[in-house]
Order: sequence, then C-alpha cells, then structure tokens
Amino acid sequence: MFDTLVAGLIHGNAYALVAVGISLIFGVTHVANFAHGSVFAIGSMTGWWLIAERGWPLWLAIVGVLVVTGVIGLVLNVVAVRPLSKAPPIAALLATVAAALILDNVAQLVFGARVRAFPPALPTNNLQLGGVRFGTSDLVMFGVTIAVMGALAAFLKFGRAGQAIRATAQDPEAALQMGIPVPRIQNLAFVIASALGGLAGVFVGMYTSNISPSSGAAAGLTAFVAATLGGLGSMVGAVLGGFVLGIAEAFGISFWGDGVRDLITFGVLIIVLVLRPGGLLGRSPTITTEPLTGTFNAVGRAIRLKRWQVWLAVAVAAVVIPLLADNYTLTVGSQVAIYAIVAVSMTLISGSAGQITLGQAGPIAVGAYTAAILTAINGWSFWPALLLAGVVSAVVATVLTAPAWRLRGHYVAIATLGIGTVCVAVIRNWDSLTRGAYGISGIPAPSLFGFQIDDAVGLYLLALVVLLITIAVISRIRSSHLGTVLSAVGSDEIAARSAGVRARDYKALAFSVSAFFAGIAGALLAQQYTYIDPTVFNLPMSLLALTIIVLGGMSSPVGAVLGSIVLVGLPELLRITPDVRIIAYGVLLLLILRFRPQGLWVRSAAKRTDPENLSPDGQEPPSEGDSSRLATTLQDDRPVGASS
Amino acid sequence: MTSVLQVRELRRSFGAVTAVDGVTFDIQPGEVVSIIGPNGSGKTSTLNLVSGVLSPDSGSIALAGRRIENATVEQIAEAGLARTFQNGRVFGTLTVAENVEVGAHSTLTALRPLRGLANVPVLRWISLLAELAVALLPTRAARSEQRRLRADVDQQIERFSARLGPRKSDPAYTLSYANRRRTEIARALAPQPLLLLLDEPTAGMNQTETAEVQRQLAALKAAGQTMLLVEHKLDLVMALSDRVLVMDDGAVIADGDPATVRRDPAVIEAYLGRRRERPARADRSDQSDRLEETESRVGETV
Repeated sequence: MFDTLVAGLIHGNAYALVAVGISLIFGVTHVANFAHGSVFAIGSMTGWWLIAERGWPLWLAIVGVLVVTGVIGLVLNVVAVRPLSKAPPIAALLATVAAALILDNVAQLVFGARVRAFPPALPTNNLQLGGVRFGTSDLVMFGVTIAVMGALAAFLKFGRAGQAIRATAQDPEAALQMGIPVPRIQNLAFVIASALGGLAGVFVGMYTSNISPSSGAAAGLTAFVAATLGGLGSMVGAVLGGFVLGIAEAFGISFWGDGVRDLITFGVLIIVLVLRPGGLLGRSPTITTEPLTGTFNAVGRAIRLKRWQVWLAVAVAAVVIPLLADNYTLTVGSQVAIYAIVAVSMTLISGSAGQITLGQAGPIAVGAYTAAILTAINGWSFWPALLLAGVVSAVVATVLTAPAWRLRGHYVAIATLGIGTVCVAVIRNWDSLTRGAYGISGIPAPSLFGFQIDDAVGLYLLALVVLLITIAVISRIRSSHLGTVLSAVGSDEIAARSAGVRARDYKALAFSVSAFFAGIAGALLAQQYTYIDPTVFNLPMSLLALTIIVLGGMSSPVGAVLGSIVLVGLPELLRITPDVRIIAYGVLLLLILRFRPQGLWVRSAAKRTDPENLSPDGQEPPSEGDSSRLATTLQDDRPVGASS
Repeated sequence: MTSVLQVRELRRSFGAVTAVDGVTFDIQPGEVVSIIGPNGSGKTSTLNLVSGVLSPDSGSIALAGRRIENATVEQIAEAGLARTFQNGRVFGTLTVAENVEVGAHSTLTALRPLRGLANVPVLRWISLLAELAVALLPTRAARSEQRRLRADVDQQIERFSARLGPRKSDPAYTLSYANRRRTEIARALAPQPLLLLLDEPTAGMNQTETAEVQRQLAALKAAGQTMLLVEHKLDLVMALSDRVLVMDDGAVIADGDPATVRRDPAVIEAYLGRRRERPARADRSDQSDRLEETESRVGETV
C-alpha cells in the first residue's frame, strides 16, 4: 500500500516535470506541444550516453542534458512553431507532431533503437522507512524536483523574465505593445520547458533503469493528460495533475497489472473531458471571442475533376495498372488504396467538419481485428466480416469519443489521440479475444463466386473497388445538404448552432462515418497482411493518415488519393527504409504547413475579389490574411468572458 | 395575443461583474424593439442570453409563450429565433447560397427524417443515421424539399439581388464586409423566424451602406417581421424602432417610444453625459453648463 504510494509519487514526480513544460509552452504560445515527449526521451538517452559511455558524473550529466534539451527546445520553437504563429493554432500543433516524428526517429538513428540499461548513478535501494525500501536516488529526485518547482514558481512570480512570461501568457498582443520581446519570451519558455523535460528523462531513467528512444510518445501523452487534468496553461495544475495521475496509475497497476496503464491514463482523460474540461485548476470556457474580422479563414477550393478525367483515372487504375504492373507494385497499389480509403473518409471529419483527429489507427485496428477474429477464428465469410468491421469500428470510436465533441481544438486532437491508444491497449490486453501481443495469423483470403481472391491483382482490385465506393459515398455526402451543414460546423460552430445546427451531433456523425471506413480499411489491411498484431496500429499510422489529407488538401477526396500515392506509394517504390521514411513524413508535413497550408490539390487564395472590397474612399477593408483551410478547424479556444 | 418575446428579471454575472441585472421587457408581434446603451452596458450579453449562447443565472425568457431560458442554442433556433452577430459571422468556405441554405436547416423535415429524436440521448443517433441515409439515397419527399429549399434560398438572396445576386455561387470568404453582413441577414431570415435578433447590423459600414441596410430593415418591418435590434447608430434606431430600451450597467433605465426616450433625463445622463457627471468633485456651476451642452449634443445626434 505504502510502497504503491511511493511508486506513484515517483512517477508523478516525472509526469509533473514534463507536464509543467507542456503547460508552460501552452500558456505562452498557445500551442499544444506534442514534441515534448520526444524531448523527454532525448533527455533520457543523452543522460545515458553521458554517464554510461562518456563516464560523466551525475551532476555534470544533468547539466549536459539540460543544455542539449534546452537547445532542442529553442530549435523546435524557431523552426516549427514560431513561423506558424500567425496561422491558426492547429497548424502549430501539427508542426509539433511533425517535429516529434523527426526527433524520435533521429534519436533512434543516433542512439540505436534498442532498450538500454541506465547506469545506476546513485544507490536505489539503501534506505528504509516504514517497511518500504528506497534509495538516495529517489530522495535526490524528489529534492531536485521540489527545488526546481520552487525556483520556477519564484522566477515566474518575481523575475523580470518570469513576469514577462506571465504577461505574454495572458495577452501576447498587449505584452508586445508594452515592450515585452514576445518572440524572445516564447523562446525562453521553450528552453525552460524542454530542459525540464530532459531532466525528467534523466530521472525516469534513474528510476526505471531501462530506457529507449521510443519512450517519448507514451511519456508525452501521459504528461499531456496530466497537464489537461490540472488545466492546460496552469503550472500548479500541471504539478497537481502529474502527481494525481502518477498515484492513480500506481494503484491501478498494483490492482490490475501493468497492461492497464494506458487505460487508466485515458480513462482519467475522458473523465476530465466529461466532468471538467477546463481541468482541476483551469477555468471552463464560457463563450468564445467573436473574431474581430469575422470568420473568413478559408482560402482556396478543391480543384474539381471533369467527368472524363475521372473515368480516365479509374481506367488507368483498374485496367492499365493491373495489366502492366508486377506483383510488388500491385501490392504497393493495394496499400495506397487502403490508406486512401482511410484518408478520403477523414476529409469529412477533418476537412468539412474541421476536427483534427490524431488517432485514426484506433478505428483501423478495431476493424482489422474484427475482420480477423470473425474470419480466421470464427470461420465467417469475408464479406459480412468486412461490413461488420466497419460497423464495430464506427460504434466503438463513436462511444469512446462521445464526450469530446462538445469541446474544440486541442481537446479534440488529444481525445482522438487517446482513442488510438486506448483501442490498441484494449486489444493488447484482451488476450482471450484477440490473442494479445501474439497477434492473429492465418487470416484467410476472401472469395467471390467461389474464386479465391488471394493473388496481388485480386487484392489490388478489391481495395480499388472499395476505394471507389468510399469516394462515391463521401462525395455524395459532401454535395448533399448534410455536407453543407458539416462544412458550416467546420467553418463557424457558434454561427452554425445559432442556425439550429446541432454541431456536436454532426461532428460525431462525421467522425463515425470516417471510423466506419477506417474499419473497412483495417479489414482489407488484415486480408493483405494475413497476420496482424497490435504493434501495426501505432501512432505513426495515425499521423500518416493525417499527413495524407494535409498534403492533399483537407477537404478534397481527390487530394486524399493523391496524398496517399505520394506518401504511401512513393516511399515503397523508392524502397526507403521505415525510419528515414518517417523522418521524411515529418519534414514534408512541416514544409506543407509552412509553405502550402491549403494542400496540393487546392487552388490557392482566390485572386478574384469582391469589387466592393475597395470601398469608395479607396481603402481596403481588413483582409482575410493568408491563413489556410486548416483555419476553420480551430477557433481560438481560450476561455474568455462575455463580450458586451 | 401572446408576446413574441417575454423577458422577466433576467440576471447574469461574470465573476464580480453583473453584466445583466434584472432585465424585463416584452416584444409584441410585428414590433421592432431596440436596445441602446453605452459600451459594456449589457446589450450584447442580453442578446446572448436570449439566443441561448449564454445561460442566465436567474430569470425567465419565453419565446411565443415557450420557456427557453434553459434551452440550447439549437433548440431556441428551432423555436423560431434567428440572429446575426456583432462582427458578422458567415461560413467562409460555403458559397452565399449555401450559407443561406444552412439558415433554413431548422425548417427541414424530409431531409432530416425522425428529427423529433434529435433531443433524445442515444436515440438521436437514429435521426442522425436517417439523415445520413437520406443524404446518400434521397427519398422523393427529400428531393422535392431540396428543390423547395433552393427556391427559398433564391428568394432570400433576391432581397439583396443587386449585391448578392451575382455572387450567389462565390465562397463567402471572397465577399466584402458589407456583403458578408447581407449574407448573414439573408441566412437569418431564411427560416422565417418569429423573432430576428440583429447585433449591430451596420457596424463598420459607411453611410451609404448604412442607409441601404436601414431601407432593407424598414422593408422587413413593413412586412411584419418582429425584430430586436442592438445598435449604436441612433438615427437608425430612432427611425426603425417602435420602442427603445436603454441599458446602463446591466439594467434597463428607460423603456418607451423613441421620442420619449430621446427626452428622458436618465438616458441623457447615462448614454451621453455620464463621464461628465461622474466626478463628484466637479464644480456645481460648471455642471449645469455641461448638462446643457450634453443635451444639445443629444439633439444633434438624435
């Protein structure tokens, strides 16, 4: 009992350090920094390298880690976040996601992917209190954390730069006008936050003694939940959230075993989102600001194909490719088609309805497992299993995300990220149904009119047909009244609600539809692989799906297909190795966000303007700015009072 | 005859500030009522409470006899209230016609089958899936409703035919500010609301544009549209309103026809003379001069 509490406090300690960084950055730049976990992992690895490989003493190694991670934080802000400060916050959020992909995989290349033993820098088992054994190491961690938190609190309260940080957090515009160098303050926040993350990395290494460069995603997510629990932007809240989460996890694990960690983390997240979306110490939003120049963020419309162009493309895909291509290319073609199914359906939720989803691997996994279990274990035929894969996936995803849709922006991104993790965690833990980590093998080939579809051409054509159906369905929805209503929700939620549109329900519906098709795609993927296990459906898969539609243009189904060809097909055909490929995804995502935010398949800002834009006195009214289609996905969701 | 809107003892505070403090008023069918008052007097908060964007701490609101103070924004819209926003909120990615189409959303039945279930937890999914099904495979009734909807949309755009007609199929983000406001008004009128709330419909417009909006609102009034208007431009208010409510510090300090309100000393003090009257140290003899000066200014403005 008592030792569980100690374990909880130690984990909570690390979560608090990481969460404080997330909250600090969120407060000052209003960006949910998804790369923070990667910085944490790099801190861990650097600490290991300095102590184990270079033989530095602990204190010097910590200093080294602080410097390295601090510099990474600075670069992160300068390269990824700062250039997008004028773009809507969701663009910066995606940029940090891209940065996370890059950092994680660069760390893997530099340090090697395998798990390392963190050297015992201090005794871990030399003290005893009330029957619980612990070490100097634990005491030092606690002491340093308390000292750091105290120093940070004092700095924010009394230091000149600290006060500037708080001023910037409250109102960047006003701070700038008062002569506060806001960009420099934001750099400072990134440096401090990242250094704290690095410190936490060293501490967790000292405590768990096993570290790897890929530990960042999980740590970052957990810390995110901790920061959300405490109230994003609140430092004290982050510390509180970290400890509450650490202790809750420790007790959960001591009751139900280590597998439930993700479930507890995201269980806590869902509870917070339902009961108190502002977090323990945050304020709940009352009414969002009325944007000063109205809500006119969209730039560009999807390029439309002519009918003959559509038929030509279909003919090439369905006739020419199967005739000319070899088996390998056809297999790649099936992959492209399967990812395109996921991406095309995502345009409905992320493009039309404007909600960024970061966990599409969840519904894909549910669909894949449903189909695999039904066909390989229960002997169902493929077709009903395919349909049921979509239905089950849609139902599961809908139920899990139900509380998220009354929220906006970052919360939707975080909640959907959680869905991805929770689905996979459940699959891994539900051994009796899913065979857990062993995975399911021997998934039989589908048959049609007695013919087995087991060769490359057959599977390719199957995926292609499903893709065409998906495009037809999604296009039909988009051109109906329902599609118009979904776009209205994405464009301006408050105005849509005032027109009697139940925004929350329509967001949920759009997500269900996209989860349905993700499930179908998962089933096809399972057929293709004939073997699946939980590791297939990881975060990079979710991010790949999102990158595809960001590349193609968020609301363009054709763009989604093109995006899939570029991001899934090309790397495969060019035989780029997976880690380099993921780094390339990250770099590409950063470049698109920075230089072509509307995506490839969308005409850029309309040259045609309203003649009335030039008013009689010759003055141009407030311009729309050059923000992107992404803009519609996120109004500023800062809690503010009513305007009167 | 029931009032279109009946507001009783409406109260809402934000922290220590009571933005709306015991507001009571009625709007009769066909009436145009305006709320005026200095910045921060609680006009927009009142509008937000009536339209459900904010929920009141206490008090009651009834729309055509139906209590709506606890209803959601969507339910209030379905009950027959439409509004525009202070700075003009249009759906940037949608065309002008689509913007207006969304306005009519609350009147649709065939395109939204089983919509009665939309307020029921869990079962609302039946209505959502039915709507999805109709979007994919429209029924005969849905197709005819879609045609009727197009006709209605054209009719609303016809109101501003000179301005919006040629831009019907252009996305709203390409529109000028004034055209966005027109689109917004057309969208609000699409469901033929019992009550139209207009939050500073001419904010940011020049004189010509303001005069044009004023003519259009007068035409609406002549057609019997009930309206609640929040506006700073007093000549517009005085010309259009049957009744004017004056708010200050969250409370209604005067309520009457434009001519009466214009002469009400409390209004003159609150609306125009406050800053001059506030300092208690001000010289007595000086003050009467200032009051006269204020009144003459009111004369000019009004």
